[in-house]
Amino acid sequence: MILQALAFYLFATVLLASGVVVVTSRNPVYSVLFLILAFFNAAGLFVLLGAEFLAMILVIVYVGAVAVLFLFVVMMLDVDFAELKKGVQSYLLPGLGIGGLLFAELVIAVSAHWHFAPHAVPAAATPKGLTNTAALGHILYTDYIYYFQAAGLVLLVAMIGAIVLTLRHRDGVRRQKAWTQISREPSDAMAMVDAKPGEGVE
Amino acid sequence: MEKLLLEYLPILIFIAVGAAITIALVIVPYVVAPKSPDPEKLSAYECGFNAFGDARMKFDIRYYLVSILFIIFDLEVAFLFPWAITLGATGVFAFWSMVVFLGVLTIGFIYEWKKGALEWE
Repeated sequence: MILQALAFYLFATVLLASGVVVVTSRNPVYSVLFLILAFFNAAGLFVLLGAEFLAMILVIVYVGAVAVLFLFVVMMLDVDFAELKKGVQSYLLPGLGIGGLLFAELVIAVSAHWHFAPHAVPAAATPKGLTNTAALGHILYTDYIYYFQAAGLVLLVAMIGAIVLTLRHRDGVRRQKAWTQISREPSDAMAMVDAKPGEGVE
Repeated sequence: MEKLLLEYLPILIFIAVGAAITIALVIVPYVVAPKSPDPEKLSAYECGFNAFGDARMKFDIRYYLVSILFIIFDLEVAFLFPWAITLGATGVFAFWSMVVFLGVLTIGFIYEWKKGALEWE
């Protein structure tokens, strides 16, 4: 139990610290790497809650895929971030003011008016002795079928949108067409010509 | 709950040992290694020329397209795991629910195949 508490504070501290570094780092590539560290620590927190499946998905999807995308975008944009950050001094004070205001609102809301509804059941990550993944599987595809199918449609829209936005065909590029290449016959490509001496071949 | 977390204890120990070794390898050179700093040691070396520019360069956007298509199918596979281990309990309805989900994504797959988004010219 003490180990669990220690692990929680370790993960939470590293998560917050790496979140701060993501924002303040001068080099955007370092920001992305610290974002990956933050994702790993969030996965650790999910494991501590018993939500194994979410933790693994966080590692696979966010660390494996989204972070790579961010790296691509950071490298592709070719933005001089030092140039962008020049204006930070003038925006610092209003930014801090707005951030402080939001934080104060959160503190007031949570400390004064935050309580569980009497009929709210605390959600268990592993109900009835099921593993977390099985517990999700029992309800996701039947009870929550509309959300599940909506997720499929969202993925379809993302797929088509990415293709429509970024795909452009270049002309004059010779692509590999396996079928036409292997079904080529000698008669398509060669012809026997009876060339007379002293004359060329057309 | 406790039992579940005990299964993860070896991973925690692994991470702790890995972090300890990494931090030690970063800190020990600061203490032990000889230092004679020189700005030229940090400057970029380009076959004897002065550096032409920044190391940043523009990537072709098709890398982005390939990785976003990868993420989508990655998520699709992630949805298969809970489905696969509970299929015995959830039955026919969940089976066809997943078939429809996969069918929707197969439409997208056929679209991207026919569009040539998977081809590298």
